[in-house]
Amino acid sequence: MNVLVYIDLQLGRPRKNAAELLTYAHKMAAGGAVTALVLGPCSEDLAQLGDFGAQRVLHLSAPELASFDGLVYGKLLAEAVAFTQSDALLLAFDHSGKAIAPVAAAKLKAGLVAGAVGLPQGNLFPVKAFSGKALAKVRVLTAQWIIALTPNSIPAERNSCPAAVEAWTPSSIPVSKIQVIAKHKNDSDIPLPEAERVVSGGRGLKGPENWGLIEELAHELGAATACSRPVSDIGWRPHHEHVGQTGITIRPNLYIAAGISGAIQHLAGVNSSKTIVVINSDAEAPFFKAADYGVVGDAFEVLPKLTQAIKKFKAEQA
Amino acid sequence: MNILVCIAKAPDTTTKIKFSPSANALDGNGVTWIVNPSDEWYALVRALELKEAAGQGKVSIVTVGPAEDDSIIRKALAVGADEAFRINMQPDCAASVAAQIAAWIHQQPFDFILTGKETIDYNGSVMGGLLAAELDLPYIPLIEKLTVQSGCATLSRDIGGGTEEVQVQGPFVASATKGLAEQRIPNMRGIMAARTKPIHVVEPQPLESTVQYLDFALPAEKGACKMIDPDNMDELVRLLHSEAKAL
Repeated sequence: MNVLVYIDLQLGRPRKNAAELLTYAHKMAAGGAVTALVLGPCSEDLAQLGDFGAQRVLHLSAPELASFDGLVYGKLLAEAVAFTQSDALLLAFDHSGKAIAPVAAAKLKAGLVAGAVGLPQGNLFPVKAFSGKALAKVRVLTAQWIIALTPNSIPAERNSCPAAVEAWTPSSIPVSKIQVIAKHKNDSDIPLPEAERVVSGGRGLKGPENWGLIEELAHELGAATACSRPVSDIGWRPHHEHVGQTGITIRPNLYIAAGISGAIQHLAGVNSSKTIVVINSDAEAPFFKAADYGVVGDAFEVLPKLTQAIKKFKAEQA
Repeated sequence: MNILVCIAKAPDTTTKIKFSPSANALDGNGVTWIVNPSDEWYALVRALELKEAAGQGKVSIVTVGPAEDDSIIRKALAVGADEAFRINMQPDCAASVAAQIAAWIHQQPFDFILTGKETIDYNGSVMGGLLAAELDLPYIPLIEKLTVQSGCATLSRDIGGGTEEVQVQGPFVASATKGLAEQRIPNMRGIMAARTKPIHVVEPQPLESTVQYLDFALPAEKGACKMIDPDNMDELVRLLHSEAKAL
């Protein structure tokens, strides 16, 4: 099968998830062509996408694409699918993929798998449903497939290919009706949905002034920071850090929660994390039932000790 | 100002999930149904605020569902929507829901269309984009702010690691996320008024599904949680490294 992979740019460079997407495409193609598509000005050598299995890289470097518009990008992707004679289009189930994938699906009249979490068996794709409380399969009923892959679903693997980078010229670039007037970067360096490690705090931390404890641990781990719903509702932390059923859903390799009791709505946002560590002073906190490792103790004492232990571990590894 | 808000029915956030014997759908027995939270709390409430600020206009809601969903529609009418449209079919997938709504909107345009960022059952978060594509309208997902002045909308959207402020002239589709508005609890007057607000039934178009959900299952239970002495964080780090391979 021929697979077209859309590689999203962040500040002119391929996002970190490019490696995972190309690995997935390489496995799904099973000998077919894997083509990467990059839209917008890029400051890096795109031949590096060959490291993870791209055989061909199409690049459309039109400056107007620096402003993101899902409608414009989706139409271009639909044209690129036809141009490359691809059977499947693969992209990340992240903030941009969620805007582009449905447009491409509607334009191609192709079935869309929203949030695949693993490789398919035939035309059956594993997904999560009910905010991680259930697993399901999605069967694609159309000839062309659009697959939006949940970040951190499979490990990236190197498959070195000599990738040829070609400038791609579509029939036309649709004019965007969206005008970008300002951009603001969040203080955190690591976007939460993509983070491999996350340190999260709840009401047990007693106030925003105590978030240094969370941030120091996150810093040592190279982790993103998150919080529970009450914490963002009272304004201790920004809304974009709220993980849970009505916030964002994450699936990092490591999730450390301090001072969060683990209500069902919070678990829904984090229960796909590979390893969960819960720190809580209440031994009866429901979160321990969903955790791999638990520490019953005062977060104000445990967090600094854990930060120290991580520092020591890193020094030993170095 | 003529605003459309797309709403969906969803199981209450505390629902204990179980499935029908065929494992192809949620077992609805004993489930409390609600209006999907981000549709109601953020999209609908912001639409109402904009109408109130303008001092004129109308907020309509649309959903795809069978007659039994009227009870959910009444909840949204009680929050303050003026009238409702129900496309009379069991929703099967996001693409067909979007195509049904788009086919109906073609007859009856709106100034702009809001929906929630995702439903809490299938978590697809793609209905808004599908609808925008069907209508060929600009789509602004994950908006945290929305103001409208003389036909020009200013929106702030989450772009993963930051926000972006954008402007759009003319109609658009946007999906609402946390921060856009605060949940409104309907008062008795709203609940009484909702009883007599119109729910127009629209017959669906013949359309084919493009995907099918099946084989629902509950995830494997976690093994017992390993408890670590709070004075021995070195042990936790050792386990995270050697056992969980998380470090």
